[in-house]
Amino acid sequence: MAGAPLADTPSGLRAWLLSAEPHSRWQARLGRFYLGWRAFSRNPLAMVGLSVVVLLILVAIFADLIAPYSPVVGGDLRTQRLLPPNETFWLGTDDQARDIFSRIIYGSRITLYVIVLVALIATPIGLLVGTVSGYLGGWVDTVLMRITDIFLAFPRLILALAFVAALGPGIENAIIAIAITSWPPYARIARAETLMIRNSDFIAAVKLQGASTPRIILGHVVPLCISSLIVRVTLDMAGIILTAAGLGFLGLGAQPPMPEWGAMVATGRNYLIDQWWVAAMPGLAIFVVSLGFNLLGDGLRDVLDPKAAK
Amino acid sequence: MIRGGGHGSALRSVLKNVAQFIIVLATTLLGLAAVTFFIGRVVPIDPVIAIVGDRAPPQVYERVRMELGLDRPLIEQFAIYLKKAVTGDFGNSVLTTNPVLTDIASAFPATLELATLGTLIGVIIGVPLGVLAAVKRGSFIDQFVRVLGLAGYSIPIFWLGLMGLLIFYAKLGWVAGPGRIDVTYSYLYTPVTNIVLLDTAMQGQWDAFWDAFSHIILPACLLGYFSLAYISRMTRSFMLNELAQEYVIAARVKGLSEMRVIWRHALRNAAVPLITVIALSYANLLEGSVLTETVFAWPGLGQYITNSLQNADMNAVLGGTLVIGAVFVLLNLVSDLLYRLLDPRTR
Repeated sequence: MAGAPLADTPSGLRAWLLSAEPHSRWQARLGRFYLGWRAFSRNPLAMVGLSVVVLLILVAIFADLIAPYSPVVGGDLRTQRLLPPNETFWLGTDDQARDIFSRIIYGSRITLYVIVLVALIATPIGLLVGTVSGYLGGWVDTVLMRITDIFLAFPRLILALAFVAALGPGIENAIIAIAITSWPPYARIARAETLMIRNSDFIAAVKLQGASTPRIILGHVVPLCISSLIVRVTLDMAGIILTAAGLGFLGLGAQPPMPEWGAMVATGRNYLIDQWWVAAMPGLAIFVVSLGFNLLGDGLRDVLDPKAAK
Repeated sequence: MIRGGGHGSALRSVLKNVAQFIIVLATTLLGLAAVTFFIGRVVPIDPVIAIVGDRAPPQVYERVRMELGLDRPLIEQFAIYLKKAVTGDFGNSVLTTNPVLTDIASAFPATLELATLGTLIGVIIGVPLGVLAAVKRGSFIDQFVRVLGLAGYSIPIFWLGLMGLLIFYAKLGWVAGPGRIDVTYSYLYTPVTNIVLLDTAMQGQWDAFWDAFSHIILPACLLGYFSLAYISRMTRSFMLNELAQEYVIAARVKGLSEMRVIWRHALRNAAVPLITVIALSYANLLEGSVLTETVFAWPGLGQYITNSLQNADMNAVLGGTLVIGAVFVLLNLVSDLLYRLLDPRTR
């Protein structure tokens, strides 16, 4: 952004944000954020991605208000079963005479639940393994990284399948299985960052002051690794959604009658030829949401990592 | 970089690479076995009760427990498990009552056939698309490749498969439905390699061949699309890298035609990292085949694992997981090794 001619006499807030001599750490941070946002918002595809993600969150929060029908209790089984999309049931009804639109709306909660929990479980594991491994080095590093490589070597869906098989089907177990298979890339990134931080002067200074190793790792190394991890987690969200949907499709994720999108596609499979909408609509929802996360992640990467922006 | 010793050092570096390769392979496979062993341990089903039933007297329970070796220390159990896994003994499948290895051996060719055809489609279409996107950067075709790639990373594969079946099988009738071959044709040839396209072609059963072809083409195109999305994206970025190099400018200055510069000079150099990418995408297709095979009722390894899963047949699940994991690791490492051997710069 250096050297870009600023707009003629920036107004109050912008001048404050773009100030070359910020008066507080807070102001400097907000200024950087503003510059990042400006670069990000210039990318239309990234903005589309952001809107999809924001929409997903809003829909999940206000599902009760948006959905016209219950996601679990169906209508009249004699007259309202497997209806094609119409004015009352926008996306049609399924085999239990439930409104597919309402089920998709409520399903957004499950999707959000899965990605938030996976991120909350996998990121700290990866962060801890990576920073400890990078900071301590030596045999700890070798052992931890070999373990990481082994988990990376396994195809993700198949490892998750094996875990769910052992733990038993269900949404919580699916989340645990996906989290167990997601942390290795985060550990790799955190380790790479730690290796760069480890030899800086400020770490040496903290060490001379007598800080313990856990204190240095948790208080000084971890915070610096978080930002690059966030980008990576965002980029992974689409993969997490697809894995969760795949597990749901195989009947190993959320159990009926939960309106999980992958499981809904699996139901629709039985009526594919004559009532295509039962399978098509939830799959479309999965597609749109993971596309949104992919676009958002791409945009974020372009802003935060100019080298990869090619 | 200083090169010393000519032939001798080149050979030594190859040997060193191979030795490293074997060590990494061994530790990773050991790790894979440890993971599947661990998963087998955390199963909430007590394997003894699964055999004797929950009303068996305690002495019987104890005897079976000892026979299964469950009374020994965990590390000893793992050693036994490892010894059996190395000899290919994963126990018997509860579902089919065959040894798991026999089941896997009969299911694997189907997966191999599908994944190979998928990768072929991905390479044949993906590489030229990626090259074109890099050469005509920012053009319509570049945008097209970008969108194709993004969609490939976002579409649930099982859903696309179902939609493909709906359109091309149910509505248009261009391809055959789920399964590998129609029953009427399945007696016309004798399975030798268990790769149906190969078997039927070699035995001259062309009717059966075309039927098998119309069964495989849709799932293969599906896997091919996912492989294409990845391969074209990577080809583009490798080509962009090469096209910016000085030797490309030199070749142009020499007066070579643009075709020759792009397809002979630049692509040849981009081909080395591409091999890694292709091997990786091949490995990924093995994974993608789990869902695809379920959708298309394709009797491969993926369907075997999911079927066993739904019937809590842990021996089969863990054996299958270990085999797919091992193939995955092997493909990854082979691609890495190939890369080092083919690219003199890495020596």
